[in-house]
Parts: sequence; C-alpha cells; structure tokens
Amino acid sequence: MNKKTKLTEKMLILFLFLLLAAIALFALTAGRYSISVQDISSLIVCKLLGVESGRPAVMETVVFEIRVPRILGAILTGAALSVSGAAYQGIFKNPLVSPDIIGASTGAGFGAALAIILSFSAAGIQGMAFVFSLGAVFATYMIAMKINRGGDPTLVLILTGMLIGTLFSSFISLIKFMADPYEKLPAITFWLMGSLSAVNIHDIRSILIPAAAGFILLFLIRWRLNIMSFGDEEAQALGVNTGRLRLIVVFSSTLLTASVVSITGIIGWVGLLIPHLARMMVGPDYRLLIPVSMLLGSSFLLLVDTLSRMILPMEIPIGILTSIIGAPAFIYLLAKSKRRSFS
Amino acid sequence: MKLEIKNLSYCYDGRPILNNISFSLQSGDMLALLGPNGTGKTTLFKVILGLLKAEKGEILVDGKDMRTMSRAEIAGLIGYVPQNHIPPFAFKVVDVILMGRTAHLKPFASPSDKDLEVVRQVMDILEISYLKDKVYTEISGGERQLVLIARALAQQPKFLIMDEPTSNLDFGNQMKVLKHIKRLSREGLAILISTHHPDHALQYANKVALLHNTRLQHIGCPEEMITEENLSRLYGIDVRIAEAFVARKQPVKVCLSL
Repeated sequence: MNKKTKLTEKMLILFLFLLLAAIALFALTAGRYSISVQDISSLIVCKLLGVESGRPAVMETVVFEIRVPRILGAILTGAALSVSGAAYQGIFKNPLVSPDIIGASTGAGFGAALAIILSFSAAGIQGMAFVFSLGAVFATYMIAMKINRGGDPTLVLILTGMLIGTLFSSFISLIKFMADPYEKLPAITFWLMGSLSAVNIHDIRSILIPAAAGFILLFLIRWRLNIMSFGDEEAQALGVNTGRLRLIVVFSSTLLTASVVSITGIIGWVGLLIPHLARMMVGPDYRLLIPVSMLLGSSFLLLVDTLSRMILPMEIPIGILTSIIGAPAFIYLLAKSKRRSFS
Repeated sequence: MKLEIKNLSYCYDGRPILNNISFSLQSGDMLALLGPNGTGKTTLFKVILGLLKAEKGEILVDGKDMRTMSRAEIAGLIGYVPQNHIPPFAFKVVDVILMGRTAHLKPFASPSDKDLEVVRQVMDILEISYLKDKVYTEISGGERQLVLIARALAQQPKFLIMDEPTSNLDFGNQMKVLKHIKRLSREGLAILISTHHPDHALQYANKVALLHNTRLQHIGCPEEMITEENLSRLYGIDVRIAEAFVARKQPVKVCLSL
C-alpha cells in the first residue's frame, strides 16, 4: 500500500464521518416538532458551556431527552451490528452470515419475552435480554467445542447456532402463546420487531462499556481477520492461533450484538447488508473494512430511523423497515457484485 | 538448520495413514516426495506443520521438539505453500503476501512499513512486482502459485514445505516455478516438495522419498530412487526411463510409460 492509497483511505473515512455528522444534525432538526439548525447549535453550545439558552423548555426536552439518545442509539446500533456482521463473515468464511447466526438475537428475544411476561421493569427486560443473548452464544460455543473433534470448527459452530436459535424461538413462541393477549403479547411482539423510539440516555450509558470493549477488540485484531478468511489451516500455518482468535471474535461480536439488541430489540439485515456494501466500496481488507462498516452502518440506521419518523404518520418499528429496505437492496448488491465479494 | 522427523505415525478414524516415517532435511536440501494420489503426502505435511496431531513420533528442529512451540514460532521457521485454492474474498496480491508477516507481528499489531519492505523484496526475487495491486482471485493459476510462494518467503522461514506447487500449471509456468524453487534451495533454504512428476524430481531435487502404502519406502539420491522398478511399483504401471540427448549437454533422464 503506497502513500497515495493511504491518503485516499483517510479521505474516505473523513468523508464518511462528515456524512454521519450531517445526518445526525439533520436528525436533530427533523421530526414532528421541527427545530432550526441555529436553535440546535445554540442549544448544544449553551449546554456545553452550562449556561441558559433562553429557548423554550419543550425544545430542550425534545433535543436532549428524546432526540439525542435516539440518535446515539441508532449510531451505536448501526455500528455494532455492521462491525460484528463483517467480523463474522470473515471467521465463518461465508459472506451470507449475520451477527445473530449463532443465537445472539433469539437468545435476547427469549430473555426479553420472559422478562415481559414476568412483569419486569424496563431495566429488567434489558438486563434479561443481554444475559440470555450472551447465554445462548455461550451455550452454542460450548456445545460446538464439545461435539467437534477434528472437524471443521466453523461449520459445527453455525449448525449448533441454528439449533440453539431454533430452540429459543420455540421458547419465544411458547411464551407468546401463554402471554396475556391484551397487554403482554403486544409488548413482546413489539419488542421483537425492534425499535429505537424508547431508547433513553440511561440505556445508552448502561451499554457503553460492553459495546466499547467489543469495538476495541475487533479493531485490534482487524489484520488477523484477513488471514482467517483463508481458512483455519492456512491461518495456523501462517502463525495465527485460530482457536483463540475465533473466541475473541465471537466474544466481542456477541458483546456488541447483545448490548444493542437489549436496548432496541431485534433489528435485522443491517449486519448482513452493510458489510457487503462496505466490501464493495473498499474491498475485503479488514484494516479498512472495520471502520468503514462502522460508519456506514451508523449512517444507514440513523437515516432510516430519521426518515421513518419524518415521513410516516405513525411510528413503524425500525426492524420492519430495515428488512423491507434490506432484502431488495441485497438483491441489487448480489446482481451488481459478480464474483468479487461472493463465492 | 536441521529438521528431523522420527518414527512419525498418524491415524484417521483408527485407520493408519502414515506409518513410522523418518527422514531429515538440512539447509540447502531439496527433497522431493513422490507417491500416488491419496497416499498421504498432504497429510504428512500437515502433521509436520502441527496442523494435524501425530499419533506417535517426534518432529525436531535443531533438536528442539516442535510440539513445545507456539503457532507463531513454527510459522517463523517453516513456510507452507498449500495446494492452489481460491479464497472467498478478493484481496490484493500485496495484502496476501503481507499475511506471511503475521508470525513476526505482536498479537494485536498490523503490518508496518518494514513488513511492506520485506514483501517488496520477495516480490522482486520471484519477479512478480507487477502483480502488486492486482486482485488475487483474478490472476492466473501460475501467478497465484508464485504469490503463495512469495507469502511463504515473507515468513522468512528456514524450511519451505510445498504441496504440489506445479499441479494446475501449464508447461511454461511449471518450469518457471521450479527454477525459482531451485534457486531458493541453492541460497540455503531447506525445501520439502511433493510432486507428481518424477522428471521434476530427477532434474531439480537432491533427495527423493517415495511414499507408498502409509510408509516411506525409500529415501536417497534421485538417480538411485527413480528407477524403472521403483516407479513401476509405486504407480502400478509399466515405467521406462530413457536418456535424451539435447545438443552437446549431458544426457537427461526422462520417465515414460509405454
């Protein structure tokens, strides 16, 4: 890689960052209570300086209590799902893998459904979703390690993940079947659809540490992820401890997925679609793919969320929207990309 | 440096694949391993690299047991050129070769300019600098083979294990790859290579081993090993060895099946 390509790479990252910032600013102004850019900037400056802004209290509430947490939630969720999807596609050597392939989302869904039926508080639901998400992946990983003797470890991991996922979705169905149809059932269904509308600043704060740990770990091993896409044996022959690396990827991706799913519910397609889009833009090198996936994922989810609350008369859960946009977009990518990123 | 294989055995599902294999390899050696399809040549290589676990036996590098070494230590000693393959993602050639530097990096590090310099050197040696920014999945089979050799050289190993590096190559590319390999062994690398061409072994190797029915039948210098009798038994066909006279050079031995 020469100096010139390094420069263009930096420019690309900067451009994507500015794009995200622009969408975020737009998201602050947009909505049923529309606020001008001047008002937004003076509100933010005054907040940072700790002085009175002189704007109406409603405006301040809308910006800081509702829109800022929601925007942060969208950014965090988009980045987390995209980056873990990208990492999984590398270690599983399969471009059609998403971050919930080994049970993270269904585990979270079960935890949340269980918490809802047991009338837990919002924090309790979040906590249960997080714990069961980790638990489902842990179960998958341990069972896969136990039954795999000398075979292909990634294949066993995916198969076990599908089985654990099926088991947990059956449990979810069972809970839905037993749930009170007037109160609990809609709550469970709504949670499973995924939404950013209820995200508040405490939610963001509570997942900041696990999410940061996940991001940092994946960022540190981004070079070795390249080598994993050549398969286990070749990676080992090149000096990579593949078992340990796979554990790090599964651990950090699961931390990220569990964190964001626990506050938003299940949001599909982002983790599958965005890494592909990123790979089409910058190629398969994880040194660039990791930051680009993060930025693209954030921008995508934030944009979809903002447009949905602007355009539509009622709030549609974002999980539904990402699927409606994701499936056709993915078909477009498939048709467009020939052999370069699929095999 | 010396690589010693002592009484190595390997079983798969209770079936013996390799039985009591012993040989050694020194700097400057080029050992050609011959054997019919499915005799376990690739398996032997994977056991030596520690990718498969041996049932019995020892693998020593200058007297040190390889089982006590980490993946990175082994990769710093032995470069591996696997059989031709196509990875699922389209990396640039320079990035594929850079992967050879992994053994020399700290666990959480990415390659630096110094590693890039090593990559530049090995591309120069193999005369493939023009491939640098090409996409690995889109170059020809011969070029891909040279890139894999370059990646192994970027590990700066003492030993090189190559699994049929000339299969899938056209005549010209076979000779090009072999010339490069010969030069590397002359420069002091110890090379272990498997091949389906006894002619190549005769022409380029200084040691030949025949792997047949899970055992290393014979090992020795090419002229003694590559005989009509040995080859006929090894491949189960009638093999003749003829001498070809080309211009005023020494006669060249050629294996034929009539």
